[in-house]
Order: sequence, then C-alpha cells, then structure tokens
Amino acid sequence: MENFEPVIIAFCCHYCAYTAADMAGSQRLPYPANVKIIRIPCSGKVDALHIIKAFENGADGVYVAGCLEGDCHFKNGNEKAARRITYVRNYLEEIGIESERLMMVTMSAGMGYRFAQTATEITEKIRKLGPSPIKIAIAQ
Amino acid sequence: MITAERKPLDELIEYVKPFKRILLLGCNECVTVCAAGGRKEVGLLASGLQMALLKSGSNIEIQQHTLERQCDPEYVEELVPMIDGTEAILSMACGCGVQQLAMRFKNLPVFPALNTKFMGASERQGVWAERCQGCGDCVLGITGGICPIARCAKQLMNGPCGGSTTGKCEISEDVDCVWQLIWDRLKSLGQEDRYVDIMPAKDWRSGGGSGPRKIIREDLAE
Repeated sequence: MENFEPVIIAFCCHYCAYTAADMAGSQRLPYPANVKIIRIPCSGKVDALHIIKAFENGADGVYVAGCLEGDCHFKNGNEKAARRITYVRNYLEEIGIESERLMMVTMSAGMGYRFAQTATEITEKIRKLGPSPIKIAIAQ
Repeated sequence: MITAERKPLDELIEYVKPFKRILLLGCNECVTVCAAGGRKEVGLLASGLQMALLKSGSNIEIQQHTLERQCDPEYVEELVPMIDGTEAILSMACGCGVQQLAMRFKNLPVFPALNTKFMGASERQGVWAERCQGCGDCVLGITGGICPIARCAKQLMNGPCGGSTTGKCEISEDVDCVWQLIWDRLKSLGQEDRYVDIMPAKDWRSGGGSGPRKIIREDLAE
C-alpha cells in the first residue's frame, strides 16, 4: 500500500488524556490527524470488545490513554485497563495481528505536550509497522 | 458454577473452516459468569475468528446468538427459526450445552469452543477454583464445610498424607493441604472430635463409578 496513512484509534480517559488533548490544542501543539480520539469515562471502561472491533473495522493501531499510576479518578481503572491490554495483546497474537499495534499509555490532564508527543510517536511506530494484516487481507 | 476456558483459536479455525455459514452460540449461565462463553465472549470470538480467517483468505458468515441456557431443551428450541442456512454450530457453552445442541439438531455438526474445566467457586475477581466433584454423597457436613474430594489430590477421607508440610500440599506450594484447612476449621468450630471419627471407604458408585448418572423427580418428570 503506497502512501500509507495509518488509522489509529485512541481511547482517551475524560479525566486525563482527553483533557490533555484539549491542552495540546490550547497550546497550539500539532499532532497527526491519523489519531482518532474516542472519549471514555475511565481507561478501565475500555472493553476488549471495543479494541478488537476497532481492529476488525480497519484500525492499524489502537492505544488506550489513562491516568498516571496512582492517579485514577476511579481509584484503579487504569491498572485494570493495563491488565486488559495485556490480555488483548495476547489475543491479537493468536489472531495473527502484531501485538505492538496495541498500547497503553498514561498521562495527566496537564500534559498537553506529552499527548501530542505520544500521538506523534505512535503514529510513526504504526507507520513503520505498515497496514494491519486485516486491512491487507480486506484489500486483496 | 461450571467453569470453562476458550480453546485455542487455531483449533476452532480447524473446526469451522470447511463451512460457509456458522452459528456461534453463547450461554448466559455459568460460562458467562466465568467470562468464557457469554455474549461478550461470543462477540470477541466472532471478531477474532473473522479476522483470522480473513488473513488465511477464507470468509465465513458468523451469526452470533446467546441463549439463556444451552442445557435446557426449551431454550435450545428458540434456535429453530434462526437455524435455517446454518451449516454448523460452534457452541460456547459447557459440554452439557454442546451435547444438548447435538441431540436436538441431528443433521448439524456441533463443535465445542470451550474446554469445560470443573465445578468451582470464585476466589476473587478473575480467579476460579475447584470446589466440588459431584461425588453424589456430600461429606461437607462432617469435614467442616471443606471438601477433601475436590481439594485433596489423593481424595483422602481420613486426614492428611505425609506430603502435607506447613499447611501445603506436596504437589505445589500454591495448593493448601485440605486436611490442614479442615482441621483448622473444625478446631475453630470446637468440633475436633469430628476429626477422629473414621470415615468408611467411600462408595464411588454415586460419583459416576457405575456409569452416567441421572436424577428423576417423579413429581416433575413428564
């Protein structure tokens, strides 16, 4: 696939990463348009099914952005999210999708720069990995 | 509850790849509680199968449905209007549900998506442990509510073996010696005298030793 532009889904916690994205905007910090943000009430609310459906529907990469360790608004939703990510990564490998396409990141609401930097780094990482094998299979 | 775990995806793909249209069927009972075969797991497996098959160049239509219970014929009957055109059923129920489907739909191949494990209880979120082997002649009233049949590797009925060390079983330091648990519990209940009663050799016929078991309630059976 020439001129590959990855589609990346970012599940962002309302109490940190989503606000950090706002902060990035206020600070006029650019980040790639490849990242499609979905606001969620807590990273712990992201279900394995949401992630798998994202890949099934053509996402090349997915990341869940939650609060910093120990800072979850709902006590430990971010820890639950991290465990779930590990579980889904194993399932992705079973399916035949590189587990590196799914990540968990943490940040606080004030970290606009970190949000933009993370979005840029993940976009580059997925760009290097190339289109998801599911997308390639659909195209064939 | 009856506990289960999903089979490896590769094994399931081998089952379903000869077909063009399958029904992936969950169960709302035990396997939902142990997060192995409920509606959510049906969705996850359907997506996983779909993607894995797509990668290998095949395409199967996967119809998803979850029954209230797969082990009761009245619920299985609900499938009749939707089964038209289905070439095979992949069941996410325990072995009882799979067999109920196979009995009802004699011309359809039925495959298990799960490995049925044991009758267990939830120790904490995400952890299930074996608690009952269905021996048909419960001794929990004598053993302080802790089962030596399900929880002793040797199913000893009269105290621990020599492999019990500091409350742990010799098979693994993660496994409690059930007779230590029983003794501790009897002691806290002030029922130490129960411990010295000799239990006779167990009659395993009620535990399946004389073939498949059946319960017939005359007042309910039609």
